[in-house]
Order: sequence, then structure tokens, then C-alpha cells
Amino acid sequence: MLQSMISTQELADLACQQRRQNLELIYRTGMGHIGGDMSATDILITLYFAILNIDPSRPQDPHRDRFIMSKGHCSGALYCTLANRGFFPVTELTTYMQPLSKLNGHPDRNKIPGVETNTGPLGHGLPVAVGAAIGAKISQQSWRTYVLTGDGELQEGSNWEAAMLAGHRGLDNLTVIIDRNRLQQGDWVAATNTLEPLAQKWQAFGWAVREIDGHNYEELLESLKALPLVKDKPTCLIAHTHKGQGISFMQDHPGWHHRVPTEAEYHEALKELGGVA
Amino acid sequence: MNASLEKDLFDCRDAFAQSLEALAEQDERIVVVVNDSVGSSKVGGFKKKFPDRLINVGIAEQNMVGVGAGLANAGLIPFVCAASCFLTGRALEQIKADVAYSNTNVKLVGISSGMAYGALGPTHHSIEDFAWTRVIANLKIIAPADPLETLQAIEMAAKTVGPMFLRLSRMGVPAVHPQGYRFELGKAARLREGQDITLIANGVMVTRALEAASLLAQEGIEALVLNMATVKPLDQAAIIQAAQKTGAIISIEEHSMHGGLGSAVAEVVVEHAPVKMRILGVPGVFAPTGEAPWLLEHFGLTARGIYEAAKLLKGVPSHA
Repeated sequence: MLQSMISTQELADLACQQRRQNLELIYRTGMGHIGGDMSATDILITLYFAILNIDPSRPQDPHRDRFIMSKGHCSGALYCTLANRGFFPVTELTTYMQPLSKLNGHPDRNKIPGVETNTGPLGHGLPVAVGAAIGAKISQQSWRTYVLTGDGELQEGSNWEAAMLAGHRGLDNLTVIIDRNRLQQGDWVAATNTLEPLAQKWQAFGWAVREIDGHNYEELLESLKALPLVKDKPTCLIAHTHKGQGISFMQDHPGWHHRVPTEAEYHEALKELGGVA
Repeated sequence: MNASLEKDLFDCRDAFAQSLEALAEQDERIVVVVNDSVGSSKVGGFKKKFPDRLINVGIAEQNMVGVGAGLANAGLIPFVCAASCFLTGRALEQIKADVAYSNTNVKLVGISSGMAYGALGPTHHSIEDFAWTRVIANLKIIAPADPLETLQAIEMAAKTVGPMFLRLSRMGVPAVHPQGYRFELGKAARLREGQDITLIANGVMVTRALEAASLLAQEGIEALVLNMATVKPLDQAAIIQAAQKTGAIISIEEHSMHGGLGSAVAEVVVEHAPVKMRILGVPGVFAPTGEAPWLLEHFGLTARGIYEAAKLLKGVPSHA
């Protein structure tokens, strides 16, 4: 099911459409994490429509690639991506966070096809991804494991326990993508507890590291199609992004972690995303 | 008087290790995850036989449990083995989110639980693990009492899909079950019949409960003894039946008296068959310095202690 022939223009169109869908989802629901959803969108679209070896009709296929959404609060972006990729009907998105919906504020693998592990508390995705990658090696399987983390999330020590083990074991079937939007819930990451020098940290833990533009499809595709970047090393892609990408008044603004747009803001944002205001 | 000294004592970790190796011979999905605890989990033999299937994550319990969940996602059956205090305390959120809530086929094995680490002190004691794990949904909890039950519990864990926490000790215990015994998940084992009082124990306390029953019998008090190896799902029917039959219950555990086996039993008793009850365990304090047997003695978690508590509950004057 690898859709390797999709063009960057098609990916961009899908992403633009999904940003509008995602915006509407949060506006109608009155809840969500719009800033992080927008920063992660291009990464998710690239993975699900051009990279991951997955089949929505067989979500439990043992040979599927594993994608783990460590930043589980950005469930809006994940659900839109899964629905658009065919894992469940797009119409089900309207139930987002409603009573008894499968679409909880944080993903539940037992309810939603395509979700690999239940995240929400931060720093959980990478250890699980490392376990999956070790499992593939033990079972001599060629499928790959990908995990998307936030950057503020890297303040959780569990990530570094997992990073150390992945480096030690040379898990070249594992890729972490860091949504480096430089903001966390309350403030700039650098003002809270800086991560820098981030690339050097991962390198010191035994990873092959590349810094890319997380909104540039050529760069995303080039790196994700060249895995592993170094044989016998796990790969870390530091994807530089903007929180609230695509909506000027949200972009790089600490206030838009989980704020819900007003009616006027919704229409303004929709216009910016090329939709009808 | 300590009858257990007259019997052969076994370290249940040996039965655990043997069982795991035998199962791994038959099922290549079985893997072991440890936190530098190859020796204390007694999985050296497993490592020798299946070097590629033993994953030592180093001293990193949160990662250890997350890695276990990932291995399960990859289709393997991980036994995640570590000192119970660190496994449950350090990685509790991973146990909740990655294992129980995610419903992954992970077997958590807490080694050296209770006060087995003795004089190493309360940092190494694990008298909170039943309480911490019991309130997490979708997690089965088993504390076997002797080598035979340990072996069968491990076998059951390997063959039953879903999250489980197995609580083992390193303290020597005699065989309390006859050779033909069959451990059944969620079922209490009636080890002794009686109509005057019920003693409900698990793990290393079962042998002490049986000894206490012998002491009580000498005074004409016949105790029903239940080995409640499965703390969750709890055998409610056995508790209700025992309460109705004997009218008095004592629970005994090598755990805090708050939130563990006794609390679980009391929840059933209060709701379905209110009878007099006493919970024996560690009374909400950090233990003083001392070896494990001394600590059990200190907190009255001995045959004599159980015997005294039973007489008090029955209103029989004590000779002491």
C-alpha cells in the first residue's frame, strides 16, 4: 500500500484540506490542541500518504509499519489523518470528544483502528517504539517503527532512557521525528527548560541526526525515504516546525496551545487556509 | 515454635525461572525484559539458553515497561521482571497507560516483593504494590504461595492473553499445595476446612496462616483457610461463602494493611456478607531496620500473631 508516487503538490493539498478539517473539528467541539495539531500536520500527511507501509483495511497486519503518536494530545491531527487515510469514516470525526465517542481526547488503540498505543501522558511513545523495534529485530521482520514526539515532551526523562537503549542496540529500524515547534503548553521550551544542544544530545546517545524543515515535503520525503540515515543507528529527524502553522495569528504564539478559536477567529483562520470564510 | 523451619523451604524464583525456560522452549514469542536484574530475577539460565530473547534495558524502569508494551505490539510475549518496589513504584504510569489501558499482552513480574529485602529498608520494600496495581483497571494480579503454584501461575500467564502482574517473593516457603493441585485464575484454594473463623492469605503468608490454623485447632477453634492467590479478579463467591459459614474473617498479607488483599476482601464482606473482620499487614508505617523474618515477627505476621488475632476476634481470652 506504499503510495510512493504521490507528488509534493498532492501532499500539500491534502494537508491544506486537513488543516481546515482539523480547525473545524476543534471549533465545533470546543476542545482540542490546535497549535500542536497544525505543527504536526505535514509530518503526519507525509508519513501516512507517502511513507508508511500500512493497509487501513488490515490495521492489525503483523507486517505493517508501526507509527506511534507520542504527543497524544494532538489527537485532532491524528484522527483527521487516520480518517482521511481510510482507517475509519470521516463522518465519525464529528463525534470527537463527545460522550461515548471512540475519539477520546487522547487516542485509544482498543477503539480506533490504526492507533498502536494509548498515549496522553508524555514521554511514553519512544519507549514503546523502542520495544516494537527490538521486537522486529528479534523476529527478523523488516517493518519499521516511527514515533512522533513533541519537543517540550523531551523534558520527560523516560525519552532519554529509551534513546540510550536504542543507541546501544543500534536500532536502525527505528525513527523518531521531533515536532520542534519550540513551544510547550505554558511558554517557550527554551524559556522553560531548554533542550539545546538538541542534535548533539541525540548524537551523543548514538543516533544519526538530521535537521529538516517539518513543513517542507521535499525535505521530509528525502529523509524518510533514506532510512536508516546510517546503518546500525536509529534515526532522529529534528523537524523544525511552527505551532499553529498556516494560521498567521496562531503561528508561534504561546497562547494557542489549546485555546479554541472564537467565531470570528474561526472564520479568519478558515480564510487563511484557503477555505470559505 | 516455627513449624516452617522443620520443612524444606523453596525460593519461588527458582520455579519461576524453570517454568519460564520450559515455556520459552515451546513458544518462541516468549521474551524477558529486565532492569539489570538478571541475577535477582534468576533469569541467568534463560539468558544462556535464549540470549537474543533477554532484553536488559539497564537501570531504567519506565523504559523497561514501555519496551515491554512495544514488544507485545510486535507480537511477542514479554515477561518484564524487576524488584517489585521499582517495577510498580517507578513505572506505575507506564503500567497504567502502556500495559493496562492499552491492553497489551505484558506480564509484569515483581520479584522480592513485600519486605523480602529486609534490612535494606523501606526504599526496597514493596508493601504498596497490591494497592497501587489493584486500582488500575484491566490488570490481573496474582501472588502465588509456593513453587507449584508459581510454576502454574507463570504457565497460565504465558497462555492467557492480557495484562498481568505476578507478585513473587525471594523468601523461602514450604510446599503448601499437594502435588495434584491445579491453580485456577480468580479462584481461591481451600487449603483447610473449618467453621469457626476464616483465614485468607496469599504469598508467603499462606504457610503461616496454615500454621496458625493448627495452633487454633489445639484450642478447639477450627479455621477455614483460603489461599487467595488471585487478588484481581477476586473470588467473591468464596469470600461470601466463607463469611456466611464462619462469621469471622482475618486477612493476612505481607503488604500494607491499607489497600491490599485485606481491603479487597473487606470490600466484598461489607457489601455482601458483613461479618467481623480483621486485616493483618503492615500498619501504615515505614518498617524499622531488620531482616525479613524479624520484620514479619515485629508486625505480628507470624503463625502466633495470626493465632492471637483470631482468638481476639472470636472473643476467646488469650493465655499470653
